Amino acid sequence: MPSLLFPEASAPAAVANPEVVADLNLDQLFASILRGREEYDLSGVFDELLGSPDDVTFRQAVFRDLESPDVAQAVRAFAGEMRRMRGQLHESSRFHYSVQRRVRFLDAAMTYVAAVRALSERLSTLEPESDGLRECVRALSRYAASQHFAKLADDAEHAQAQMRSVRYRLRVLADRVHVSPVDDEEEDYAAAVSAAFERFRQGDVGSHLAKLSSPHEMDHVEAAIAELVARLYPDPFATLAAFCEQHAKFADELVTTFDHEVQFYLGYLEFCSRMTAAGLGVCYPVVTATDSSVLVKRAYDAALADKLVADRQPVVCNDVCLARDERIIVVTGPNQGGKTTFARMVGQLHYLAGLGVPVPAEQATLPLVDRILSHFEHGENLRDLTGKLHDDLTRIKGILDATTSRSVLVINEIFSSTSLEDAVLLGARILQKVDELGCICVCVTFLDELSTVGDHTVSMTSMVAAADPATRTFEVVRRAADGLAYAGAIAAKHRLGREQVSSRVRA
Amino acid sequence: MKVHLLFPDHDPDPAESLPDQADDLVRDLGMDALFDQMAAGDDFLREVACRTVLRPLTNVNQINHRLDVIEDVIAHPDVARELYQVAVTGAEAPRRVRSWVMKDSPSSALTHAINLMHELICSMRQLHRIAAEHEREFRSTGLSALCATLRTDLAEDYITVIEDHLERLKFADGVVLTAALGDAGKGDDYVLRNRKASRRGWRGWLGLAERSELTYRVPDRDEAGGRALRELKDRGINRVADALSQSSDHVLSFFTMLRWELGFYLCCLNLADVLAEHGLAWCRPQPRPIGCGSFTAEGLYDVYLGLRIGPRTVVNDVNADGCGLVVVTGANEGGRSTLLRSIGLAQLLMQSGMFVPADSLRADIAAGLHTHFKREEDAGMERGRLDDELARVSVVIDAVSTGGLVLFNESFSSTNEREGSEIARQVIDGLLDAGVRVVVVTHMYQLAHGFDSPERTGVLFLLAERCPDGRRTFKLVEGRPRSTSFGAALYRQVFHVPCGS
Repeated sequence: MPSLLFPEASAPAAVANPEVVADLNLDQLFASILRGREEYDLSGVFDELLGSPDDVTFRQAVFRDLESPDVAQAVRAFAGEMRRMRGQLHESSRFHYSVQRRVRFLDAAMTYVAAVRALSERLSTLEPESDGLRECVRALSRYAASQHFAKLADDAEHAQAQMRSVRYRLRVLADRVHVSPVDDEEEDYAAAVSAAFERFRQGDVGSHLAKLSSPHEMDHVEAAIAELVARLYPDPFATLAAFCEQHAKFADELVTTFDHEVQFYLGYLEFCSRMTAAGLGVCYPVVTATDSSVLVKRAYDAALADKLVADRQPVVCNDVCLARDERIIVVTGPNQGGKTTFARMVGQLHYLAGLGVPVPAEQATLPLVDRILSHFEHGENLRDLTGKLHDDLTRIKGILDATTSRSVLVINEIFSSTSLEDAVLLGARILQKVDELGCICVCVTFLDELSTVGDHTVSMTSMVAAADPATRTFEVVRRAADGLAYAGAIAAKHRLGREQVSSRVRA
Repeated sequence: MKVHLLFPDHDPDPAESLPDQADDLVRDLGMDALFDQMAAGDDFLREVACRTVLRPLTNVNQINHRLDVIEDVIAHPDVARELYQVAVTGAEAPRRVRSWVMKDSPSSALTHAINLMHELICSMRQLHRIAAEHEREFRSTGLSALCATLRTDLAEDYITVIEDHLERLKFADGVVLTAALGDAGKGDDYVLRNRKASRRGWRGWLGLAERSELTYRVPDRDEAGGRALRELKDRGINRVADALSQSSDHVLSFFTMLRWELGFYLCCLNLADVLAEHGLAWCRPQPRPIGCGSFTAEGLYDVYLGLRIGPRTVVNDVNADGCGLVVVTGANEGGRSTLLRSIGLAQLLMQSGMFVPADSLRADIAAGLHTHFKREEDAGMERGRLDDELARVSVVIDAVSTGGLVLFNESFSSTNEREGSEIARQVIDGLLDAGVRVVVVTHMYQLAHGFDSPERTGVLFLLAERCPDGRRTFKLVEGRPRSTSFGAALYRQVFHVPCGS
């Protein structure tokens, strides 16, 4: 059975570490994308990174197809009908009386038949280009033309026609009700009464029609009446019961799988259109297994942008470039300047590219990584500092053991609670190891010394506004680390330079 | 089934608002007394009188339609009063019905409508009887058409059909509905059916189900079940309850309209009786279309005075054919204002389709009747009073249109004669140019004299008589305005200057 998510011969996917997903804030992004789609249970799909560039291209092609408004509309209409069918099945199971259960079940079957037919016809006419969608459409058409499906449709239509043809006569008294076949000679009495009084019509008078409520559930009197009607006209009810038994599981796995898998694409595309609506770039990355250079223009942290765009705040974009022999980016600069955001962004870009989805940038060329690892400061620690340093080192060792040359490693503020001397020493040692591994690494730190460790290291810093050093621009650019220079400028702004201090004190 | 007594082809609108100048007219022409007489103490009749007279007609046919009906009514007063009483009884039927309507309850709506309809049927039978008895006596289109309608539309065999329906609508043998299976298998598309009589048969007499019926009986203590049956019944009778309720609304609305329209003629009857009691004459006027330029009255008098004085009330003849302007001058308290009022009232009554207080009247229809009478309470200082007065004149100018009639009584007296005359002349000339007819009562010789020149045509001058010994006759005669300047004579008197010096 064809899948919309994986080509037939797909490479094994790697399950991502949930801690990494949380460190990169991708858990927030995925939650936002999946909001309203909980019934599809798609979180598993977002956890698996694809194993080959072909798999990536496979998914990107499906995305491209679904960008076409006609295709998207046909698919959305189908998804809506499937949701309605599920609602009807649910309601059916909740009814107390069997006749209601069966009628509602029949409704669900009719909805399903119509949805499948509509989707198959529309998509066949629109001729999608991606392998993924084409295979699914082919399978759907075969299914829609199959004997099995035809029987389901015919049986449903027949059962419905029979039920709709039932008419009966009631005679309602205070304590009982009589059920009998309709007598055609008995006229519509309301119309007859109106006609009888027609000559008195003066002008327009208000309506006296009462509003009568009608819940879906039958009361026991209605149920008793239905039973008597079934005794008068047993055939339609028997046909209905037979239908419900024969077609108890009418929804084919092919259809439900498609319904489920396509939501992955539709949900992510909604996120993309929110970004493009705000003027941010979204593109299909060129993903290779061979070339490890990185070239990304005007990218941004997707999870952060999702929130900022919702609040109508501006989003800052940055470029990331790594030539073939550049591997490690050390990011230094003032606090709260966007360094960690930048690091997350790099991690996200590789992750999302590995999911086969469009990435948050105007242009991107990225290698296909085998895994993404992260070492982030994990909030407050109540244990003593020695214990913490030990934990940090153990963690980083575990991480480095799992890292290959095709991995991406994101390190954020490691060794920040140790003494400066230890931090520099240990930091340099770790980065040496990373350099030897040859993987891509982004390391955020306040230690300017680390920006020159290794032969494949690039230094970037977060920027402040030239006019006012207290204002961060959130831009991160390639330059040598110069933390102290920043410190000097900000001190001058607050007149905390030395001579300023002593003259202020003496005055 | 329509009343059409006030208008030959449509219903009046009792709620329609009165023209803006209505209050002024009532006050200036002393109409409260008139309405009181027409109403004879009945608040409803007063309302009818007020609202009908203060919305004058401008179409000769409509006026004659009413005048014809009045003739019939005056010739057959008892029949008219009897008809009116039946109309009142019918219109008040809701008060006699004990039931009321609960919201969103078709069964209570139906029961109430049935009860109301039974009450109305009694009144309908009476209307039919009166119409059948007296149809041949009436000459007017209004009343003969109404009687013919009542006779055919309320015939006994029809009433019997209605009563039969009302009986069926009690659904003594249960409510019959047809239905289909709708959403989720629930009943849908309920249509109420008229049970065939033949289905009842001997089994029905014994309280058994019909041959083809299957039965579900709700257990005795099952309240929810009983409720469910009532809801089912309500669903079935919703439309027919609405239909019958609307029908009873229509019938009630017919009786209400009948009461209103007959009410007007009853007012006329009351007035005729009162005038006759006081020995005062009245006549059927002859309305002319706008633009014929006619106004001729004989024996015209003021109703208010007439009711106080009786047959000795002063009457006047006015021949103003071809005159766009009538100028009334002469002695103070010599009957000028009274004449003005009687002209205004006669015009208004004629255009209501009523008889007028005169021996004869032939007059153009006025596009609108407007008054500007001097008001004591034009308050404030001299300048302030003129301002107020001119503001009122301006309101009149805004309201009047070509073919209208304006009555001025001592206008512009809040300033000196020179200024007042000049302003007045401008206003009056302006109105005349626009095709408005004007009657002006004034003491300002300057103004009156200004209209008295050989080049002017179409002006009638009336003078309040004053005998040589100073007595007034209160009659107005044709006569040019006289200078009121007795200054020379007075000087001589005071300064003892002999005549001739």
